[in-house]
Amino acid sequence: MTRHSNLSMTRRWFLAVAGAGVTTGVLTGPATALAPVGQTLGDGYHPTVWYAIAGDGKITMHIHMAEMGQHVGTALSRIIAEELEADWDDVAFVHVDTDPKWGYMITGGSWSVNHNFIAFSRAGAAGRMALIDAGAKEMGVPVEECTARDSKVIHGDQSISYGELVTRDTVDRQFSTEELETITLKPASERRLLNRDTVARDVPGKVNGSAIYGIDRKIDDMVYARPVMPPVRFGSSVASWDDTAAKEIPGYIQTVEINDPTDTCQGWLVAVAESWTAASKAVDALNVTWEGGTGRETSEADLLAEGERLVDDDAAGSLFMLEGEPDGVFDSAEIVHEGLYRTHTVLHMQLEPGNALVWQDGDTWRVHAGNQWQSLTLPLVAKALEIDEANLVFETSYLGGGFGRRLFCDFVVPAALTAKAIGRPVKMVMARPDDAQFDCARSPTVQKVRSVTDESGKILAYDHACAAGWPTAPIAPGFLAEGINGGKVDPFAISGADHWYAAEAMRVRTVKNEKVHETFLPGNLRSVAPGYTLWAVETHIDEVANSLGQDPVAFRRSLLDAEGRNAGEAPHAVGGAARLREVLDRVVENSGWEKRGELPEGTGMGISVTAGQERAMPTWIATVAQVRVDRDTGEVTLENIWASIDAGTLAHPDGALAQVEGALLWGASMAIHEGTEIENGLPRDQNLDTYTPMRMHQVPELDIDFVTNDHMPVGLGEPGVIGVAPAIGNAIFHATGARLRTIPIRPQDILRALEA
Amino acid sequence: MNFTLNEKAVDVDVPDDTPLLWVLRDELGLTGTKYGCGIAQCGACTVHVDGQARRSCVTPISTLDGAYVTTIEGLAISSGLAEGELHPIQSAWIEAQAPQCGYCQSGQIMQAAALLGESPEPTDEEITAGMAGNMCRCMAYVRIRKAIKLAAASQSEGNR
Repeated sequence: MTRHSNLSMTRRWFLAVAGAGVTTGVLTGPATALAPVGQTLGDGYHPTVWYAIAGDGKITMHIHMAEMGQHVGTALSRIIAEELEADWDDVAFVHVDTDPKWGYMITGGSWSVNHNFIAFSRAGAAGRMALIDAGAKEMGVPVEECTARDSKVIHGDQSISYGELVTRDTVDRQFSTEELETITLKPASERRLLNRDTVARDVPGKVNGSAIYGIDRKIDDMVYARPVMPPVRFGSSVASWDDTAAKEIPGYIQTVEINDPTDTCQGWLVAVAESWTAASKAVDALNVTWEGGTGRETSEADLLAEGERLVDDDAAGSLFMLEGEPDGVFDSAEIVHEGLYRTHTVLHMQLEPGNALVWQDGDTWRVHAGNQWQSLTLPLVAKALEIDEANLVFETSYLGGGFGRRLFCDFVVPAALTAKAIGRPVKMVMARPDDAQFDCARSPTVQKVRSVTDESGKILAYDHACAAGWPTAPIAPGFLAEGINGGKVDPFAISGADHWYAAEAMRVRTVKNEKVHETFLPGNLRSVAPGYTLWAVETHIDEVANSLGQDPVAFRRSLLDAEGRNAGEAPHAVGGAARLREVLDRVVENSGWEKRGELPEGTGMGISVTAGQERAMPTWIATVAQVRVDRDTGEVTLENIWASIDAGTLAHPDGALAQVEGALLWGASMAIHEGTEIENGLPRDQNLDTYTPMRMHQVPELDIDFVTNDHMPVGLGEPGVIGVAPAIGNAIFHATGARLRTIPIRPQDILRALEA
Repeated sequence: MNFTLNEKAVDVDVPDDTPLLWVLRDELGLTGTKYGCGIAQCGACTVHVDGQARRSCVTPISTLDGAYVTTIEGLAISSGLAEGELHPIQSAWIEAQAPQCGYCQSGQIMQAAALLGESPEPTDEEITAGMAGNMCRCMAYVRIRKAIKLAAASQSEGNR
């Protein structure tokens, strides 16, 4: 046996690499973020809860957002450090637990940088002001003659470091909420960190196996568990179970029947053992029968048929948006452009399956599990355990993918109830098919879009109806919004349909597809509603352009007048649709759009413009896709994606780029590679053999272009996803004349469309 | 069962059909190797067995008697580097800022190490073929490819 066989990775090589100035081999000190377990908050002077400055000069930021690949600790720390005038090398950060002092905790919606920008900037500025005051006193000089830079207060030739001020105990000012709100931030021209690049502090721990995810923690006396999944999500109960065969498995301990006060788990058992493999085998060996279960015969086709019925029923649902009186225009129009658009069920398939470690520590219950929405999950788990919320703490860990699956951490409940039942710490890990079966999948959707234009292409009336599962309704009904004409709407099921194109009259109606809700728990999935509403909008707009004989770019540009409702407003949407025009022009230039007529036979380019995640936080993106279509097989090869993006100020530009790289590929993956269908109430594809997200060999060339400016930072985790599917669909149309109105786009759909 | 793990002899007493993955994670406390699918489809559990990339989720421990196993935690020391040092592939991964959530990255790195062992200067096609079995749900593929090329470049520089 050759111990290093083919591996020629030698020490000589390593030294050569280090000597060549490539990233050094050993990372210590400020270049790393602490592993997310067992961290302690910073000590020393803390002007607000968000950070502390120690006597040695070390500045520790307290990050209350979950790290799931977006390098959020680095981005948020940059925001504080910018106004604090901190030396970046002095900065470290820790991820915090669920102490109420951190306020509402949710990591989603592409919100983290945008929602925290003002508060974290003010927190940094507050520290700077207090330190300058203290430094001026220490140096015996007028405060207005002092500045701060690189963790020092400076007056002429003399300076005093932040750490020294803390050591001398001369700075102790705390800022109230009211005081913080009066702070004016420094002008963008004075920025030294934002819009400038740095490396992500969480990366080193993710290349050597030391990063700790939910699934990785072990504590004393812990046992392992795997759930026995009920036949469907809702309405089943265990009629009988027998673990005679399981008892033959070495290490098997017992099976727990889950009686869940929150009704999250309906008809669950959990097998417990000394190892996860024994627990897993026990699940397979258990003999269980169930009663009941809703939707056990429901198929994807049933859900879509119900969606079609609902979008055709004008009385169904509630209005998300209304401007003018569209009905009069439709009634008198000679030509109405109309399209019916569908999207199929999409699974998260975050690579770390659902899991949780739960244990009792004196009067306190502790949970270690990746979690995007602590403020939702903590009350749920407290209710399940029938304990006071004050006696429950969620510790923090990295997330092996969030993508919205870890917003509603329902999988913590069975782990907690098992730990309570057996009186020992329990780590429950779902096998991949368990996770897929229990996924809060993206609902299948049906959307009907109608529009009327004049001869020049001006939109006189636009009407969008969408039927889908509403992610917010079952888990956080308090977050539903009021409909325009009464009733409720779930913004997270319709956002994006309220696009930035000019339309004299416009209506957006959203309908909750109850049949989806009877079958499974529809969830938020990366890009949420805009991931399907813009599929409809941007396909429809392309169809209208084609039927008017206009170039898809010129037509879109003519609709981006940035007037009225689309003028934009400060601070989040300064410039409005004019910023979409700019990214559109840039992507046209970068992609060589004007020469698309010269592409080879069977190759085409398509475009989209989008502004996810929401009108209150628009990230302006124009996307061009180039595809090659095999007319004989219907196979699509995605060759290139170009994207021009205006996301305002970038807290961590390389992280922003990484998010967009991943997001564009997610969009492409959902458009042509993944997606499933509901069969007998469950997702048909429950593992990665038949559920097939994009792989390395399917990756197109990416050309990503950021607009540089100092506007308010918006979101970047999701918006890049949104425009890719319609750009691909529109490219297929350009390549072949086949118009696709359903995603995922399968070869047989293209062949069918080519025949039509 | 006796085998060598990251340059150290280990002896584990578990049922014969226990997958190596769970022995590493739950018996030996090496959690850098991840569970993703359990059916050798995602590559998150990739380790080296006798220098070859293997999916530890479908590798029964009974097949490893006397084997030489390397995990992400031992990649550097198995190449003769000191404890705490980074293997050049890991350095390239940092330089490319490849990981997002990071969950699949141990497997990606172990697969890349095997690929570069067989093909020190891989073509794009060889990278594509060599890495097709490793899924990255964050879809950090652009940077994974970049990191492999950086590692290959530094390797050829080191061998010159």
